[in-house]
Amino acid sequence: MTIQELDKIRASKKELIDVRRLVKEQAEKLAPNTGYRHQVLVCGGTGCTSSHSLKVIEQLEASFRELGIDDVLLVKTGCFGLCALGPIMIVYPEGAFYAQMTPEHAKTVAEKHLVKGGSVVKELLYKGTVHEDGSIIPFAETPFYKKQMRIALRNCGVIAAEDIDEAIAAGDYMALEKVLTSMTPDDVVKEVLDSGLRGRGGAGFPTGRKWMFAKASEGDIKYVCCNADEGDPGAFMDRSVLEGDPHCVLEAMTIAGYAIGAHQGYIYVRAEYPVAVERLKIAIGQARKYGLLGKNILGLGFDFDIDLRLGAGAFVCGEETALMTSIEGHRGEPRPRPPFPAVKGLFGKPTILNNVETWANINPIIVKGAKWFSSIGTERSKGTKVFALGGKITNVGLVEVPMGTTLREIVEEIGGGIPNGKKFKAAQTGGPSGGCIPADLIDTPIDFDNLVAIGSMMGSGGLIVLDEDTCMVDISKFYLEFTADESCGKCTPCRIGTKRLLELLTKITEGKGSEEDLVKIEEIAEHMKSSSLCALGQSAPNPILSTLSKFRKEYEDHIYNHHCTAGVCKALLTYQIDKEKCIGCGMCARNCPASAITRTDYTAPGHKLASFAIDPARCIKCGVCLQNCKFKAVERK
Amino acid sequence: MKQSEAGCAGCETLGTPEQQAKLHAVIDSSKATPGCLMHILQEAQGIYGYLPMSVQKVIALELGISLSEVYGVVTFYSQFSLTPKGKHRISVCLGTACYVKGSDKILAEIEKELGIKSGECTADGLFSIDTCRCVGACGLAPVMMIGEEVYGRLTPDKVKGILDSYKQEEQNA
Repeated sequence: MTIQELDKIRASKKELIDVRRLVKEQAEKLAPNTGYRHQVLVCGGTGCTSSHSLKVIEQLEASFRELGIDDVLLVKTGCFGLCALGPIMIVYPEGAFYAQMTPEHAKTVAEKHLVKGGSVVKELLYKGTVHEDGSIIPFAETPFYKKQMRIALRNCGVIAAEDIDEAIAAGDYMALEKVLTSMTPDDVVKEVLDSGLRGRGGAGFPTGRKWMFAKASEGDIKYVCCNADEGDPGAFMDRSVLEGDPHCVLEAMTIAGYAIGAHQGYIYVRAEYPVAVERLKIAIGQARKYGLLGKNILGLGFDFDIDLRLGAGAFVCGEETALMTSIEGHRGEPRPRPPFPAVKGLFGKPTILNNVETWANINPIIVKGAKWFSSIGTERSKGTKVFALGGKITNVGLVEVPMGTTLREIVEEIGGGIPNGKKFKAAQTGGPSGGCIPADLIDTPIDFDNLVAIGSMMGSGGLIVLDEDTCMVDISKFYLEFTADESCGKCTPCRIGTKRLLELLTKITEGKGSEEDLVKIEEIAEHMKSSSLCALGQSAPNPILSTLSKFRKEYEDHIYNHHCTAGVCKALLTYQIDKEKCIGCGMCARNCPASAITRTDYTAPGHKLASFAIDPARCIKCGVCLQNCKFKAVERK
Repeated sequence: MKQSEAGCAGCETLGTPEQQAKLHAVIDSSKATPGCLMHILQEAQGIYGYLPMSVQKVIALELGISLSEVYGVVTFYSQFSLTPKGKHRISVCLGTACYVKGSDKILAEIEKELGIKSGECTADGLFSIDTCRCVGACGLAPVMMIGEEVYGRLTPDKVKGILDSYKQEEQNA
């Protein structure tokens, strides 16, 4: 394919894409030019397909046939971000945002809205987009979307994820064209350096410097790798980029190849992401067919190709040297650094490895310039960051905000706060390598350095909100179980340290801990930080250290008072029946799986039947009695 | 212990002639690619449902590497299994988002309902239970997968009904 042919594709689909990006009035004006009365975008990302969005698509196709609708375009996109409301469907040019769709709802929308002369079915719209007086609020104006700024996710939920033409029309490969026609490799490295872009995978190393080192390394063979082994549980932004806009990653890797002098790239992707793997395969196939990968790209004399490598479920493979060892087909164990991958990486050759979200920022940096990019964000953290909001929060989903946005804005405004009237307790960032941010630090502007300063880290961007029902000791134990399980075993501090820390935490959650244990935990943690081979072991104690410094009282409560405030640690709970409140109905006893509840001979004044009591020796603390009692007679202490 | 026992039982057979042919085809087509071992193991697990010792031996022999190297890779990655899995593979997500929403209680309910623990397979070969770390459907937490099907917004009382639907389907078949 030549540049002229690329331009032709851009021109032919430009208006189609514009309708999805413009505000309602402009979109409605433009829509007739596209040849379609409506465009229906249905999310085909993992979140929405898990809630059966594909059945919604099937139903729409069937309804279109039935109703003879042939001038409505149906598009299967990537993630819109608001996963909690899935399956999501947006109808343009109106920008009508339908949420929690079912095939029945889809049928209704087809019959009432998508037919000629139809109008929006307000009852099925996302409630946040309908004003009290019945008027419709554009979804871009809702609290969830308003504060967001989409750079990495610019095309997610906008284009058909499996259609290269739409990707091209939406701006993909524009940066590659610019690089190959008007920039030297040095220019490219300088642009990325000047942008201030830092790696989005966790550590925040300046991307441009990585490229500079790899460029400076001698060698005829070099490699470009993409880390798509998103192992941090609760983080799914990389998956969404791959599912929604796979071409932006292919393009950025090709640009890096040109900059450092590499001709082969590898994408290492989790096998647990079947949809992302499939879309990548399709995208690579299309790019090769179009001559955007392979020999003589765009006829401009540069060769670059990309292969996929599937992970097989090992968290440590997210570490750069372990990932490369895994691509080589071995046990994914890390290697000591130096030598750094930029000098000696994959197959012993100079290699750069960047994470998916980092790659997704390259195209805008090249197209709009380093100056534009570096004007966004804070002094030392430029651009935006995508967060996967999860846990005890109303709007679970994917959000992209400028660096420096406060946690309060993310949790309360964008996230819609904590459901069920519960209180915010902490936010966990950085996954098993990060820490917890307590409520009194909720106004901290989030960037790489601020998070480290308050004892957590950016990590890949998982942001799990915890409410008052979460026990901080238990959550540390949860992360330690994870790292103990995922420690590869190569170096002693990590292999044994994680195990010992887990034992100590287990002791505390069982009410058998002592003050000495806290001292031991801190000692082991220090040793692990200073002497583990890779970041997994070095950062594994972070969840404990951060909760110990911010929520020490909870640890002490477990140790001295044998009490778990949140009511999570089973060994420390007791269930009792208030004999004055118990009316003697027996619901608790009938549902007790351990037959631990029996009738007593006491009848409370005003009640007809004798009350029940729990035998603490037989009670397994499952809480079924508490759930079943309608008279609030069961108490948990 | 359990794993090595199952591995030895697997030594006796390389499966049906069809499976053997597929295995050799995979090995022959990827042999030349550097770092092909993982890919071959993934394909082999697709063919056999797990990786019996006999299959690992053939792969080692064909690639000219030691069996211990193959076994080392197989046991390193959680995706590879040395024991057969159930017809319906249940995978309960214990990622953070699901955990804080009570996925441990979902797992306990499934274990109780089927009478087996995570990592085991029911005697009739119908179900096996495993845990996983995040399928990325955090908006639906807590979630589990049975085969390719994702079940979200679970509560312990929904578990029985879901499992029964699979049992029912089996009886009707």
